[in-house]
Amino acid sequence: MIGVLSYLIFFMILALVFGIAVLGLNLQWGYTGLFNAGVAGFLAIGGYAMAILTGPSREAVFGGFELPFLVGLIGAMGAAGLGGIIIGLVTLRLRGEYLAVATFGIAVTIQLVCLNWEYLTGGTLGLIGIPNPTHELASAPLAQNAIFLAMVVALTALVYWGLQRIVNAPWGRVLKAIREDEIAAESLGKNPALIRLTSFVLGCMLMGLGGALYVAFIGFVSPFDFLPIITFQIWTMLIVGGSANNRGAILGAIVVWAVWTGSGYIISQIVPPEFQAQSGAMQAVLIGLILVLSLLFRPRGLIGEKLHVSRHAKL
Amino acid sequence: MILQHIADGILSGAIIALGAIGLSFSMKILRFANFSHSELLTWGAYFALIFASFTAAFGPGLGNPVGPFSFGWKFLAALVFTAIATSALALVLHELVFDRLRRTANHMTMVFASFGVALLLRHLVLLLFGGDPIYYSNALQFAVLLPGGVRVMPDQVFLLGVTIVVVVSLHLFLTRSRTGISMRAVSENPDLARVSGVNVASIVRWVWIIGASGAAVAGLMYGMTVQLRPELGFSLILPLFAAAILGGAGSLYGAVIGGLVVGLSENLSVMIIPTTYKPAVPFLLILAILYFRPQGLFGERQ
Repeated sequence: MIGVLSYLIFFMILALVFGIAVLGLNLQWGYTGLFNAGVAGFLAIGGYAMAILTGPSREAVFGGFELPFLVGLIGAMGAAGLGGIIIGLVTLRLRGEYLAVATFGIAVTIQLVCLNWEYLTGGTLGLIGIPNPTHELASAPLAQNAIFLAMVVALTALVYWGLQRIVNAPWGRVLKAIREDEIAAESLGKNPALIRLTSFVLGCMLMGLGGALYVAFIGFVSPFDFLPIITFQIWTMLIVGGSANNRGAILGAIVVWAVWTGSGYIISQIVPPEFQAQSGAMQAVLIGLILVLSLLFRPRGLIGEKLHVSRHAKL
Repeated sequence: MILQHIADGILSGAIIALGAIGLSFSMKILRFANFSHSELLTWGAYFALIFASFTAAFGPGLGNPVGPFSFGWKFLAALVFTAIATSALALVLHELVFDRLRRTANHMTMVFASFGVALLLRHLVLLLFGGDPIYYSNALQFAVLLPGGVRVMPDQVFLLGVTIVVVVSLHLFLTRSRTGISMRAVSENPDLARVSGVNVASIVRWVWIIGASGAAVAGLMYGMTVQLRPELGFSLILPLFAAAILGGAGSLYGAVIGGLVVGLSENLSVMIIPTTYKPAVPFLLILAILYFRPQGLFGERQ
């Protein structure tokens, strides 16, 4: 019983950490129509910022400031936001799939930096010994994870509440207006370039937050934590849950993460040990299949966008 | 030294060019950026491997070596086999996924679907063939010394010839055959082509066949000159997109020149930046071209 409970806590922590990143992507794609195919890159920026700010100091590697956890979280969001500003200024004039190709390239470049700039990132070895704040508060692993989960739930709720406020405010309606028809929005005196950039940067900050929480939870970071497949997973979570619906984004994160870990468990039980290396491939095939089937048979996702029709319109 | 980089750049550029032709056509005629196109290169390479192992009676790998090459006559049969098999795979994907979405959804949905298909195809290769690098042939090959101290493998020179043959045949197909001319008409204006009696559905299938065949040949060439591994195509996504965008969507010669520019700049870049950052070069090219000439060198402004 304790085993099941501790596993559920572990599962929900990671599902919600990804959920925060999915919420960020939902702001960018769901509400503003910005195709960010470089999610893994922004998770990496947040994760490494966390590691550098709060990790122990090391020889020959920058950082290790041993700052408090909260500073790490804020710093990670700041770093991802700063990255978002620079990248957004360069790429946001691109539309649709061209933006996707450019941001995909950003993620590849960020991963190259993580792998090769050893002074900043520790290279392929990564950075270890990132403190988990709950270890000071409790001694039993179960209690530690329970506290971490409580914190992640609170943060997810805070992010969800903030995003709901944003998208239901007039500014949120401008986002959708830009998504649907940028020229019309501009003709009404809005500044699409600035609003697109703001939305992009806010989304990137949430991805940075997700990356920072991930790194603080598992206690180390390496370039192999943020492979391009993470981008595909986050996208699948959003599409399966329902784009332009914040509850859908969180639900999608939980459902897809359940499929990923559940299928991993089943495969590890039925596949002989000598083929374990290929079991990860089976999980990825499953994620690809879910994404395609979801697009074919339930394109709006599990809970999609609510339609807003003017009450003066005659349907 | 610089001549060596130029020679290597042209040879790897030829592979990128063949792969980029299909991507460029699909961006223009199918009207979506197909992120799964690069996986067709991987499948093309592995289809040739399947052919090689099923026909082991006619010589190991791609045949008993002829002359200075690492392969024999069986290579030509493998080339045809992998082009047909990869085209069949592409047509299956078209029927099962992309054609259905084309009718019901907007084109960004097709881009997402290509994400999913790419994930599926890449990991199926990993599942079926494992992650270790594979080679068609273990035969040792000696480099040929060209004037200027440039060393090239005979295989590479031969494959450059194959690329030229493929591009010239495609040019003739597009300008002389009825199907090719219809394809250009659909590319220009699908609605006008349809009312003029062009069977658009059949043209779309031809685009897949041409794209997949080019990808198959490119994948086979990559497998022969480098190695086969499941990430073969994935590592070429950015070079392929760079070549297609650089040349301008829908332009045959644009894709070829784009491929050469990408191959050359990747190989020349190692003179000024560390080799480990080489994979970022196509990305910088994409940014530059989208900034200064978004329609590409040979594309028309939409």
